[in-house]
Amino acid sequence: MQFDRILLSHGSGGRLSQQLIHDVFLKELGNEILDELNDSAVFNVAEGKLAYTTDAYVVSPIFFPGGDIGRLSACGTVNDLSMSGAKPFYLSASFIIEEGLSINDLKTILMSMKQAADEAGVKIVCGDTKVVGRGMADKVFITTSGIGLIPDGIDISPRRIRPGDSVILSGTIGDHGIAILSQREGLGFSSDFISDVAPLNHLVASMLDEVGNDIHAMRDPTRGGLATTLNEFAQVANLGMRIYEDKIPVQDNIRGACELLGFDPLYIANEGKLVTIVENVAGDRVLACMKRHPLGINAEIIGEVVEKPEGMVSLVTRIGGTRVIDMMVGDQLPRIC
Amino acid sequence: MCLGIPVKIMKISDSLAVVEIGGVKRQASLALVEDVRVGDYVILHAGFAIQKVDEDDARESLRLLEEIGICDI
Amino acid sequence: MRYIDEFCDPGLAKRLVESINRLSDKEIVLMEVCGTHTMAIFKHGIKKLLAPSIRLVSGPGCPVCVTAAQDIDVARWISRQKDVIFTTFGDMIRVPGGASSLERQKGQEGADIRVVYSILDALDIARNNPTKRVVFFGIGFETTAPSIASGIQLASKQGLDNFFVYSCHKLIPPAMKALLESGEVKIDGFICPGHVSTIIGAKPYEFIAEQYHIPCVITGFEPLDILQAILMLVKARESGQVGVEIQYTRAVKHEGNVVAQRILAEVFEPIDAVWRGIGVIPDSGLKIRQEYSRFDALLQFEMPEMSDKSDLSNLSDCICGLILRGIAIPTDCPLFKTVCNTENPVGACMVSLEGTCAAYYKYSP
Ligand code: SF4
Repeated sequence: MQFDRILLSHGSGGRLSQQLIHDVFLKELGNEILDELNDSAVFNVAEGKLAYTTDAYVVSPIFFPGGDIGRLSACGTVNDLSMSGAKPFYLSASFIIEEGLSINDLKTILMSMKQAADEAGVKIVCGDTKVVGRGMADKVFITTSGIGLIPDGIDISPRRIRPGDSVILSGTIGDHGIAILSQREGLGFSSDFISDVAPLNHLVASMLDEVGNDIHAMRDPTRGGLATTLNEFAQVANLGMRIYEDKIPVQDNIRGACELLGFDPLYIANEGKLVTIVENVAGDRVLACMKRHPLGINAEIIGEVVEKPEGMVSLVTRIGGTRVIDMMVGDQLPRIC
Repeated sequence: MCLGIPVKIMKISDSLAVVEIGGVKRQASLALVEDVRVGDYVILHAGFAIQKVDEDDARESLRLLEEIGICDI
Repeated sequence: MRYIDEFCDPGLAKRLVESINRLSDKEIVLMEVCGTHTMAIFKHGIKKLLAPSIRLVSGPGCPVCVTAAQDIDVARWISRQKDVIFTTFGDMIRVPGGASSLERQKGQEGADIRVVYSILDALDIARNNPTKRVVFFGIGFETTAPSIASGIQLASKQGLDNFFVYSCHKLIPPAMKALLESGEVKIDGFICPGHVSTIIGAKPYEFIAEQYHIPCVITGFEPLDILQAILMLVKARESGQVGVEIQYTRAVKHEGNVVAQRILAEVFEPIDAVWRGIGVIPDSGLKIRQEYSRFDALLQFEMPEMSDKSDLSNLSDCICGLILRGIAIPTDCPLFKTVCNTENPVGACMVSLEGTCAAYYKYSP
């Protein structure tokens, strides 16, 4: 490779494009399907229900403690598939690269994408690359899509939420959002924040093995945080959620950062956590099963589904008061008040 | 109107300090306080220490709080 | 977390609540002057724990809420000028002026507006961008103003000539005075702002006890602090003893923070100020003194005449003014929830996270 940065001509479709695909993309991501470089990836599927999802990833900075945009884009789509109960197997990835991105950075991103895909046991089977002029994108944007197979008899949907169900959270909240924020200039605070970005499919598989269809709903609380996810559940199910402040795990440094900035961890993004609503009697079993998995060690039953007030999430505070948890409006901003 | 949080002073150089809460560190100005030392807690507001937290008074407050329920019964 | 967790103890909170409720057979109206108290009361669900006879009402205590629309329009105007980097605390970014907010200005007109955590960050920006004019939006009460004064002194010492402050600071005691003189409020006790008092001490509230015979308790922000203050005020009414007490002893001294007071007085002098929804209150704002006038953004930019028709007149049904004076609650407002919500705020009480309307909207069912 004689270039160390991406040029517009890397996206022209000519010789440089060829070189980029062979020497960079295939080298890092290659597998028997991708290597064919067909216009479409062609493969067999088993019979059954398929899940199919897509998501676009833009994150600044593209490298952050605990991961990068490559890992994020692979995990995010694996997780979206997993939340519907699907076992993910194939991903596609398309890249919009800003002219000038260093090829080493691109390689690093692809390597961590591959590593995340390996952890999840999925393959990236097709993709595309475009290069745009300076200022038309921010370094690199990645869109991934994925397909997965939903095991027989599994139906995960917020419509199945019932009063009395248990609400279980797989671990600490706020880690990803604060890790990203800590990298932005101007805020000037430091700690060993680490994004929680991780593929959740194996955790989900073991939960489904344990209790199957007693899992009623499941979602990963990404943008908008836990508060937003619970509100979405409450609204679709037209039921209430009651959760307990002292049950929600938050790491000390995340709490500290939130105190400093005037943020509420309930609204901060996560990339390796899930919330699930399960049949009450199965709650303890699901919890025990989650705790056996490395990504669920800190799992907790954080509350329950109640009949009223419909469509609302209420929080029982540490001192025993209650308050309503709303959806987030706009981004949280550091504040003095 | 005014978020202020108790943070611990870890390091002082001139009128700037490194303060810590929950393992998170940040720089803070000491221009508005006198007689603070490493290990002291201060109330931090908008990047400035605005007062030293008085350990004895805090302990006394908690002692009074402990008594409230008991005396009243 | 030290000095936070101890003051959140559920067992002690329960005993405090029981003691308060046992003493509360008659109705008592307590005003929390400070918006951060309003938020804390909602955040910890304190109202629902207390007997219904205890009414907590919110006063004028949020510097974001009370910033006049025309002041925000001036800020927007400055941010549009050539080679300006406009810096502000995050709180101000969504507050509507007459026609727009800083957030929209940034999105639609590409103004360079940056959120900072401290004035020190704004000074760094000025140092790193010598060809730009860096303006800091000075918002906040006595808690914040000394840090802004200190920042200006630092800029002066370091000879920074591209740094300016647009001062919209407000002072609490004059506002409380104006409130009491309006004669329209019925208040049995004040929960006084802890961090304002960290700076100004207890003395500035004494006129309230002496002239108006209303007890004041300077209060911290954790749940036990607030509950203890409520208990102190309930007891004060029982005993008929009226004075200014400090509950938040760990951070408030009777004389306040004299260093901060001195720095504040070196840089700023009081001036009449317009409070959104209330009007002009004498000597309730802060203006940069002559000695530091080269840092005053108002003198640096040739400002066109700004009409002030943008203030509450075009929000005619908004009752922010009454709410800030404690004589109405958000549910009295015809626009509350129907037109006005946190995504589409009409008045400033809805914009600020701790504005009374926003707090009602977010936390009460
Ligand atoms: S609800 Fe909206 S319009 Fe009504 S007083 Fe509050 S801010 Fe003003």
